[in-house]
Amino acid sequence: MARSMLIITRQSPWSGPSAREALDIALAGGAFELPLGILFLDDGVFQLVQAQQAGQLQQKDVTANLQALPMFGVESLYAAQRSLQERGLDQNALSLPVEVLDDTALRALINRYDHVITL
Amino acid sequence: MKFVIALFSPAHSPVSRRALRFAETVLAGGHEITRLFLYQDGVHIASANIVTAQDELDLAGEWERFVRSHALDGVVCIAAGLRRGVLDEQEAKRHSCPAANLLPAWELSGLGQLHEAAQQADRLVCFGGH
Repeated sequence: MARSMLIITRQSPWSGPSAREALDIALAGGAFELPLGILFLDDGVFQLVQAQQAGQLQQKDVTANLQALPMFGVESLYAAQRSLQERGLDQNALSLPVEVLDDTALRALINRYDHVITL
Repeated sequence: MKFVIALFSPAHSPVSRRALRFAETVLAGGHEITRLFLYQDGVHIASANIVTAQDELDLAGEWERFVRSHALDGVVCIAAGLRRGVLDEQEAKRHSCPAANLLPAWELSGLGQLHEAAQQADRLVCFGGH
């Protein structure tokens, strides 16, 4: 059986290439139909904010790339409830259908995966 | 056990030294390192253009010697490498850059190499993620 991998992305989309590079791991694995999950944690939840204006920073918007995840077979998407709350983000107004998890559920999630990568 | 080690921080980061000591210990313990994978700022470890002061630890050099002496499979993510100026001859030529700087112990390849290695590995150990 294929080994599962959880990618934990902790950086905002404007803080450098980290958000994109976490996403690239997921897209590369999705192409092999591997069992992958993505957890948006800490500043990583900012990647889920709608109507971003990345162009104002001469950057590309990651939102469109994130939307491609289900097409690549990556449908296990999670966000940390605490991270959303701390940043005043409404879990019902995110750009992706993510499962919002509390601290206890996060622990269980991480335990469930064979491999974990944090970026 | 089969280990894959992924590095996300550059040679001058203390993480790089810890990762190297960990890798040495893995082999000393009779385990196998099936692949080393450099990603994000970790790709700088494979740069031949790092000059370390004589009285400082040359970690890029130590990594290079470690990979060569154990004939390990050392892979640098090509996209992350291009973004940060770590190029082999072919990529330098392709992008009209004046010089290649990839140390010979390492090779450029895609993220698929990370997944392929992780599929075979008992442990994927990452260093330097944020």
